[in-house]
Amino acid sequence: MDLDLNQYVDVFVEEAKEHLQGMNEALLVLEKDMGNIDIINEIFRIAHTLKGMSGTMGFTNISNLTHEMENVLHGIRNNSIALNEDIIDIIFECFDVLEYSIDFIASGGQEDDEDHQDLINRLRSILAEDSLDREGGNQLHEGLDNVDEYVLKVLEEARIRGLSSYKIEITLDANCILKAARAFIVFNILEDIGEIIFSNPAVEDIEDEKFESKFTVIFISQVSSSKVMGELNTVSEIDHISIEEVDRDDILGEMADLDNEAIESRDLEKDLLRDGKKSKIIDRNNIMGKTVRVDIDRLDNLMNLVSELIIIKTRMDELSQSSNKENMGEAIEYLERITTSIHDAVMKVRMVPIERVFNRFPRMVRDLSKELEKEINLRMSGKETEVDRTVIDEIGEPLIHIIRNSIDHGIETPEERIEHRKPKEGTITLNAYADGNSVVIEAIDDGRGLDGDKIKEDAIQKGIITEREGELLSQEEAISLLFTPGFSTAEEVSDVSGRGVGLDVVKSKIESISGSIEVDSQPYKGTKFTIRLPLTLAIIQALLVKLGDEIYAIPLGSITEIIRITVEDIKNVYDQEVILYRGRTVPIVKLREILGLDDVEKMKEHIVVIVRKGEKQAALLVDDLIGQQEIVIKPLGKYLSKIDYLSGATILGNGNVSLILDVNSII
Amino acid sequence: MASEMENKYVIFKLDEEHYGIPIDNVLSIEKAEEITRVPNAPEYVMGVINLRGEVIPLVDLRMRLGIKLQEYNKNSRVIVASMGDVTAGLIVDSSSEVLEINREDIDPPPKANSDECTEFLSGVGKTSDRLIVLLNLAKVLEY
Repeated sequence: MDLDLNQYVDVFVEEAKEHLQGMNEALLVLEKDMGNIDIINEIFRIAHTLKGMSGTMGFTNISNLTHEMENVLHGIRNNSIALNEDIIDIIFECFDVLEYSIDFIASGGQEDDEDHQDLINRLRSILAEDSLDREGGNQLHEGLDNVDEYVLKVLEEARIRGLSSYKIEITLDANCILKAARAFIVFNILEDIGEIIFSNPAVEDIEDEKFESKFTVIFISQVSSSKVMGELNTVSEIDHISIEEVDRDDILGEMADLDNEAIESRDLEKDLLRDGKKSKIIDRNNIMGKTVRVDIDRLDNLMNLVSELIIIKTRMDELSQSSNKENMGEAIEYLERITTSIHDAVMKVRMVPIERVFNRFPRMVRDLSKELEKEINLRMSGKETEVDRTVIDEIGEPLIHIIRNSIDHGIETPEERIEHRKPKEGTITLNAYADGNSVVIEAIDDGRGLDGDKIKEDAIQKGIITEREGELLSQEEAISLLFTPGFSTAEEVSDVSGRGVGLDVVKSKIESISGSIEVDSQPYKGTKFTIRLPLTLAIIQALLVKLGDEIYAIPLGSITEIIRITVEDIKNVYDQEVILYRGRTVPIVKLREILGLDDVEKMKEHIVVIVRKGEKQAALLVDDLIGQQEIVIKPLGKYLSKIDYLSGATILGNGNVSLILDVNSII
Repeated sequence: MASEMENKYVIFKLDEEHYGIPIDNVLSIEKAEEITRVPNAPEYVMGVINLRGEVIPLVDLRMRLGIKLQEYNKNSRVIVASMGDVTAGLIVDSSSEVLEINREDIDPPPKANSDECTEFLSGVGKTSDRLIVLLNLAKVLEY
C-alpha cells in the first residue's frame, strides 16, 4: 500500500467501536424480536460499513469475516434463510471476534493474524444448509465452494420465479479517479432494481480499488436489459457497458475461471500486506492515546470564550498604560467571568455520557443469565448523564463486579422465584443521575437480598469479627461487612463472580476516585448499591490550612467538621492521643509531626479538622485555617509518586505550589 | 539532524567543574523561584515549583552527586530535564553554554574508584581547554 494509513488507525478504531456498539444493541433487540426486518437491515448495514472500513485500512481478516456476515444477513433479509437462535449466537460470536480484533488494532496498530476461518466456515454452512433445505438436496457441483453453490441456487430460483439474469460488464473511464466510488454508485443503482449475486472482482476488492477499470457482475432482476442499460447510463465516467442475458451453465464455467484468478491475485495481495505489516510494527508500538469525541457546539462555545479572553487582554494592556483604577476593577471582574465560563466549557468538553459504560451491560447480562439459566431483565435509565472522562474510565470495572454479583448471588433461579411468589423474570435496574456536584449510580436487583445474620456468621467464621462484636452489630452494619477485605458470600464459587476479588476491591476502587458506595438490602426483596462519584477528578473543593509558613489543601469531601479544642480535651489512650468527638474517640494526628515540621510550643487552644475515610475518622491538628477554595489538582509526577501523605499539588492564586494531603493514607 | 543533535550538550557548573547533559533531554533553563518544600521526600529533593502551570520537582544536584553544599545565589539555575516520563528540575550553580562534543572525544567514566558517585557519570568529554563530566541522567532522575 502506497498510502500511509497509520494516521487513520485512531479514527478507524473509534468509528469501528461505535459501529460495533450499534451492532451489539441491534443484536440484543433482534434476539427478542426475531422478525424485525429493520433491525436486520441495521446489522447488515453495520457489517457492510465495517467491511468497507477495514478493507480500506487493509485489515483483511476483519473484512473477510464481515463479508461472510453480510452474506448471511443478506440471506436473512430476503427471507432465504430462516433466522434462529443458533444463527444469532454465531453472529454474537462474530461480534466478539470483531470486538477483540478492533481492540487488538487499538493497542498495536495492526491486525491480529487470526483469520477466523472457523467462524467463516460456520457462516458459510448456514448459507449452504439453507439452500440445501430449500432445494431438497439437489446435485452438488463438486469443486465449487459454498458461495458459488449459493449463487447457482439463486440463479436457479430466479429462473423459476421468471426473473432474468444478466452478466453486466462495466468499463470505467480511464481518467476516473475515484474508481471505487464510481463502482459503488453502479452497485447502488443495480441493487435498487434487482440483486447482484456475484461480482468479479469481489465486492471488497472493488471497494478497495483493487481492480483495473473493468468489473463484471451477475445480476438478477425483473426489469428488461434495456431498462438496466438506461439506468446505468446515468452514471458518468463510464466508458463502456455490456449487458448480456445468461443462463446458469454459462455462468458456471465463467465463475470457475474468475474465481481462480481472484484467488491468485488475492494471495499475492496478502503476501504484499504481510511484508508491509512488518515495517508497520516498528512504526507503531506505542499505545493509543485517550481521546474524547466532542460536540462541535461545545468547541465553538470554547472558541468564543477564548476570543473574549483575547479582547479582555488587549483591554487590560491599554488600561495598564493609563492609571484608571476604576476601569481596571471592571476589567478584572469581566476577566473573572470569562475564566469561570471557560472553566465550565472545558469541563463540558471532557464530559462523556455514562452510556459508554452502561452500553456493555445488556450483553453481559444476557450472556450471564443464559449461562446461569436465570431470566433477567435489565433496565437502565439516565444513560445520558454526563461524567468526566477520567471517571468513566475508572467506574466500569466496579460496576461490572456489582452487576455480576447481582446476577450470580442476588437474582434467584426461576423456580426459586416462583416459589417465593415473585415474577419469574428477575430485574436489575441501573439508574444514573446528577446530584449537585456529584453523579449517583444505583444498581438495584429484586433478588434474594442480603442476609445480615448469615454475613455475621461468615464474618465470625472467617475471623473478620469476633462473636462478641457480632452480637453488637445492627443489620446495616453487618451488611457493610461485605466490603471488608477477604469476604465473599457465595457458597459455591462460580465462574461468574467469586474470582477472589470481593466487594472490598470495588469499594477501594471507588474511593480511590473520591467516590463512595453504600448498600441497602431487604431480605427476599432485593439489594441496592448506591455509588456516588465526583463530577470530575480534576477540580475539587478544598480547605486550605496553614502549618508554619506552609499551606496545605485538604479535600473538602473528606472533611466532616472543623472544631476548636483545648488542651484538656486531649486524652491519652494507650500512648495514642485522642479526643472525644460526638461520643466517639477519634485519634489525633499531628500534621506538623508527620509532615516533618518542628513542634510548636504548647498552645491552649487547637484547631482540629475532623476527616473521615469510610467509617474511620481522624482529628488533624492544624495551625490555622485559610479558607475554602476550588483547586485544580496537578499530579506530583512520577518522580515523587512514592511520597507518603500527599495525593497531588495545586497552584494557588499567587502562583505558588501547595500540596494536597492524602486523607486516606493519613488515617 | 538527529545525529547532529546527539552530540550537543548543555554545559553547567558545580563548584569548579563543568558538567554536561544531552540537549535532547533538556526542556528549558529557568531561574529558581518560589519553592514549596515536599515533606518526607528524599533529602536531595528541594521541593516543587510551578513551571507554567505544571508542578515540577526540584533536585539539588550538589546533594544528589555528593558535592559539598552551597547557598543558592543569583547565578543559580534550574535545568528542567526529562527522561522517559520523569521530568524534574536540576539546581546547578550556573549554566554557561551548549557545546558540541564529538563521539570520539568522549571517554568512558573512570573505573578506578567504584564509589557511588561514578554511577552518575556516563562519560568524560574532552574539549580543547577543559574536561566535561557527562551525567547519566537516567540514574540522576531515578526515583
